[in-house]
Amino acid sequence: MKKQWMSVVSHNAIAKNIYELTLSGELVREMNEPGRFVHLKVSEQITPLLRRPISIANINQQANEFTMIYRADGEGTKILSKKKVGDKVDVLGPLGNGFPVEATSSGETAILVGGGIGVPPLYELSQRLVENGVKVIHVLGFQDKETAFYVDQFSELGETYVATVDGSLGTKGFVTDAISQYQIKGNVLYACGPIPMLKALESIHITDKGFISLEQRMGCGIGACFACVCHLKEDPTGTSYRKVCSDGPVFPIGEVVL
Amino acid sequence: MSRLQVDLPGLQLKNPVMPASGCFGFGREFSQLYDLNILGAMMIKATTEEPRFGNPTPRVAETPAGMLNAIGLQNPGLEQVMEKELPWLSQFDVPIIANVAGSQIEDYVRVAKYISTVENVKALELNISCPNVKTGGIAFGTNPNVAKELTKKVKDVSSVPVYVKLSPNVTNILDVAKAVEDGGADGLTMINTLLGMRIDIKSGKPIIANGTGGLSGPAIKPVAIRMIHEVSQNVNIPIIGMGGITTVEDIIEFFYAGASAVAVGTANFSDPYICPTLIEELDEYLTNMGVSHISELTGRSWKDHGTRTHYCS
Repeated sequence: MKKQWMSVVSHNAIAKNIYELTLSGELVREMNEPGRFVHLKVSEQITPLLRRPISIANINQQANEFTMIYRADGEGTKILSKKKVGDKVDVLGPLGNGFPVEATSSGETAILVGGGIGVPPLYELSQRLVENGVKVIHVLGFQDKETAFYVDQFSELGETYVATVDGSLGTKGFVTDAISQYQIKGNVLYACGPIPMLKALESIHITDKGFISLEQRMGCGIGACFACVCHLKEDPTGTSYRKVCSDGPVFPIGEVVL
Repeated sequence: MSRLQVDLPGLQLKNPVMPASGCFGFGREFSQLYDLNILGAMMIKATTEEPRFGNPTPRVAETPAGMLNAIGLQNPGLEQVMEKELPWLSQFDVPIIANVAGSQIEDYVRVAKYISTVENVKALELNISCPNVKTGGIAFGTNPNVAKELTKKVKDVSSVPVYVKLSPNVTNILDVAKAVEDGGADGLTMINTLLGMRIDIKSGKPIIANGTGGLSGPAIKPVAIRMIHEVSQNVNIPIIGMGGITTVEDIIEFFYAGASAVAVGTANFSDPYICPTLIEELDEYLTNMGVSHISELTGRSWKDHGTRTHYCS
């Protein structure tokens, strides 16, 4: 974990309110695992005060660059969306624990399910799995065609199915509808997205082994403030917990209460 | 003697800057970023007798120049703090101020009695001002008589000096300050957070699951300055000031108001290196000011005027 001013290498709108931001700096050397995140201070002014947690979508160690994909829908991310090539961004990271790539063996099939802005961390994961000889199947859920992104990039890595709430692209409905429609099966599930999506995936139990990545409002992002805790499923006392920022954001499916 | 060195009851501080309770955990996370030995002291997370999970999430919300939180005193409990956290912290040459909380007076007394015996605990901070718990916390900090009684009982059992953390959520903070001074408090820490709320305009519901939360950050600095300015003129015990400190100029302002040391809270979240940065800059700032010792600045805003300010509240 380091804090560094990183340089904007490229910054593009890739869907409605969705931006792809690539930053360059030494901090990339510490990025060793898909599914981790960075904590950004988007402004040098006092407001907005808190940093923003954003997942890492792609790591390019050779070029010392990494890419984030984020949705500009709040005060902080809207400010971030104005950054231009050459600007500096205050980055703390990499933070948290990511997806265990080694949980899927060569020759096995991994099902990667993402919802909305939960899709980006699956991109680095998918590349790592493919490198290891794992077959990947992607199921990506978006609100509509306008907010869908990276479908082609995922398609290059493996089978890719899309679900949109309004049916403007792929299966009409949710990721679980696409999973059901195409009878998707595999050995290990990796998922990131809104809590209702993760709950639905937990209930349909498509694999014996799975890992989910949670999103939660954070204060410090490093485990000190206890803002982003969640309950453990197996906890008779009700006092045990996991911190999403430092114990997660990735947890074995079934470990924490959604 | 360094110009930054400050001696307070129970506390020999290398410098007057310390992380505030609840914003630094037990130091483990920040120790990965820098050497904690540079800190003047450390106010560790509130400790209750039993482990607490705290409030439901979301627990934080952002506001202009501030944040709301309702963590709810989540902590691993007295036993774990004494067996695990404080021994781990003993590797650092940093005095620990243990923040003590409870639901009833007896809880505070028991936690204070045991935690004050740990070698690196050099002072207690009585948390009678947390706005985010149903029992205890602020309920003790808004009634001067209760605050005095609690202070007395804790003083009776504590092996180290006792500081009392005051709530700004009162009509007259001076009444509470004087009451805890009468109760034997060795010092004050002020201020805790201001009770606040934000509502999500899409759902119409409060953003924080608890409904209300404690407002902190630069937004509350003027309130803290006013209260320290008022209290410091009317009590004879030192004040550790806090509430929105993000720059070295803020520290100077707190000293001018009447603080003898300062704690940094929310700023640790926006810049995890804020404490070491401020400590370094403070020394340089004092050199440029031509100040031989930082304690010269305490209360300068009212001392220099020769008369005490009267407040109507």
